[in-house]
Amino acid sequence: MSDFWSGWIIVLTAVSYVLLAWLLLSNRKINQHKDGATTGHIYDGIEEYDNPMPSWWIKMFVLSMVFGAGYLLAYPGMGKFPGLLNWTSVSQWQGNVDAAKQKNEALYAEFMQKDAEALVADPKAMRIAKRVFANNCAICHGNDAKGSYGFPNLTDNDWLYGGSPDQIAHSIRDGRSGMMPGWQSVLGAEGVKSMGAYVQSLRDAQASASAEHAESREKFTMLCAGCHGASGEGNIAMGAPRLNDDIWLYGGDTGKIIHSIANGRSGKMPAHADNLSAAKIHLLSAYVYQLAEEEP
Amino acid sequence: MTSSQEHPTYNYKVVRQFTIMTVVWGIVGMTVGVLIAAQLVWPQLNFDTPWLSFGRLRPLHTNAVIFAFGGCALMGSSLFVVQRTCQTALLSDRLAAFVFWGWQLVILLAAITLPMGLTSAKEYAELEWPIDVLIAVVWVAYAVLFFGTIMRRKMSHIYVANWFYGAFIVTIAVLHIVNSAAIPVSMSKSYSAYSGAVDAMIQWWYGHNAVGFFLTAGFLGMMYYFVPKQAGRPVYSYRLSIVHFWALVSVYIWAGPHHLHYTALPDWAQSLGMVMSLILLAPSWGGMINGMMTLSGAWHKLRTDPILRFLIVSLSFYGMSTFEGPMMSIKTVNSLSHYTDWTIGHVHSGALGWVAMISIGMVYHLIPVLFDRKQMYSVNMINTHFWLSTIGTVLYIASMWVNGIVQGLMWRAYNADGSLTYSFAESVIASHPGYVVRLFGGFLFLVGMLLMAWNVWKTISSKETKELVANTAGAEA
Repeated sequence: MSDFWSGWIIVLTAVSYVLLAWLLLSNRKINQHKDGATTGHIYDGIEEYDNPMPSWWIKMFVLSMVFGAGYLLAYPGMGKFPGLLNWTSVSQWQGNVDAAKQKNEALYAEFMQKDAEALVADPKAMRIAKRVFANNCAICHGNDAKGSYGFPNLTDNDWLYGGSPDQIAHSIRDGRSGMMPGWQSVLGAEGVKSMGAYVQSLRDAQASASAEHAESREKFTMLCAGCHGASGEGNIAMGAPRLNDDIWLYGGDTGKIIHSIANGRSGKMPAHADNLSAAKIHLLSAYVYQLAEEEP
Repeated sequence: MTSSQEHPTYNYKVVRQFTIMTVVWGIVGMTVGVLIAAQLVWPQLNFDTPWLSFGRLRPLHTNAVIFAFGGCALMGSSLFVVQRTCQTALLSDRLAAFVFWGWQLVILLAAITLPMGLTSAKEYAELEWPIDVLIAVVWVAYAVLFFGTIMRRKMSHIYVANWFYGAFIVTIAVLHIVNSAAIPVSMSKSYSAYSGAVDAMIQWWYGHNAVGFFLTAGFLGMMYYFVPKQAGRPVYSYRLSIVHFWALVSVYIWAGPHHLHYTALPDWAQSLGMVMSLILLAPSWGGMINGMMTLSGAWHKLRTDPILRFLIVSLSFYGMSTFEGPMMSIKTVNSLSHYTDWTIGHVHSGALGWVAMISIGMVYHLIPVLFDRKQMYSVNMINTHFWLSTIGTVLYIASMWVNGIVQGLMWRAYNADGSLTYSFAESVIASHPGYVVRLFGGFLFLVGMLLMAWNVWKTISSKETKELVANTAGAEA
């Protein structure tokens, strides 16, 4: 804030305050009209008494102004003047966060000592992990961790980037960026369609080997196998999804698969290193790890 | 009303039109309100239809009750009061007709465009720019009509009711024009002229002063005419009316930032908004004191006059909500109450308890005067309406208090491990009983409005004009 605007705010506030006090105090006592007499004006039959203002009301008014003046002295309000307490809303928030962190630091330090398997076996750790998951992860992956369109299911033991506790922790800490380019211009509309049919046939070795897919099979080897593997088995090093199973991040019906091939897809799991402590990430990785273990 | 033979020929036509439309738009706006309250109880009532969904009907409800119901009540009563207290006819009958039909067109356009999903996304200023332009034109015409009439007055002084109506008209013009400034990209789409925290601050400078000048100053103008008139008593204190008028209009304009506590708005603006909101308590209460004390020496009239009951209970709700408002503007309280149903309850203690109830009292007072009838068709029905409104409002406010505090506490609760104790959905489940009670309260209020419509209809359609009654009485004597 420039000095001009700071001064503007101070002057405007002070002048308003003074005028308000003058308005109130200069009208405090009246004796123009005798008690019980009206002002003499009559508007459509309505007359006006000139009773004094109730003294409790004047006191309440003055009190609120005195409190206001004190508040503006203690807290930021008068332009650039920071207030005698040096309070800011950011520092209040930081204080709250620090206090909360300090309170639960010991709790999480204990989890840091244990490996994933030990944490999974610790009911208290898993109870807390479930809450941390609900607060931080559920908004995309769902309360049941089963994901939704574009957001991976974490319970199905099918991993884009690997399902070991370390790999999961890596995904949470640093995030992941999935990027599949679109092939419309390379394959053409017809090519995309027949490629879609071929991709759908991958889960059935016999069907995918049939003669009708010969052309797409050749192009798949050339264009897709680099990431998705020769038979569509996927590649966790690149986060390339497995295509020869029944699990589809962006839908497995013909239309959705064709859309994926034609236009590509990009998925982003944000990095959480900045907003989750190392201990929380460690705990979450164990929790997510056991989610898939539970599945039959 | 003894002076009915001496005064010039007032323009009652426009007042009649506005008063009837007050009843009509009140019922429309509150019916939509009851529907969206029901949607919060049974979400199926959205019917998977975009134009029936809560998100589109909620602004329709707020616009209909504030600007259609409240607007017609204010315009009609102000054009009545300004003529009667200045002892002069309106500046121009044609201008009056333009203001009436222009305002109805604004309302009609709002009722069409809001369900279509056309919105500028500014709360209480959702209408798109062509309608905003129309509002500005009609409003300036209204200002010319009102102030032009005041300039033609036959008295040396201007009655206090007209100060408040005048402040309302001038300030709403300024607020509307500044806040609605936008860059149009098509007939149905525009972008705000402001950005970021400045946009938010201008929006709530407008939003809070729409409450302050539309829903407070305007209706205080109404109060200053109809309370002493219905009570047949002089106004309690001329002095108090001067002090609280100037204090109210000068302090209200600062209070907007309390809508943006703990946001990206700079701390200094938040502090000033909070301080001025607290100081606002006394000026607000000045109007309540003046209205209530006007009844001193005439309290017994409350036993027999349900219209006066409407007016006085509205002042009680006014006093309560103008106490609650400054309390909620305190940062510590606000950190609990903000974003919860408490805010909705606070708004409705003002909107139902104060604005609607004083308007209802005004309508019951005006209809017999405007249509030359001795009194309303059924006084008993007014009494029933009074109890429906009062109980409905109390149920509404109390359920939203409970919901608001429950939500505020659930949202802020966290576990020893730092995680939140409750999910948002759990707080919605906890709010469900409150939503049922609120729906019932709002429904009662709407039933009262329907009673009023019936009563007004029977009064107007009865052939017993005042003169006819007087003549018959004379013949019998």
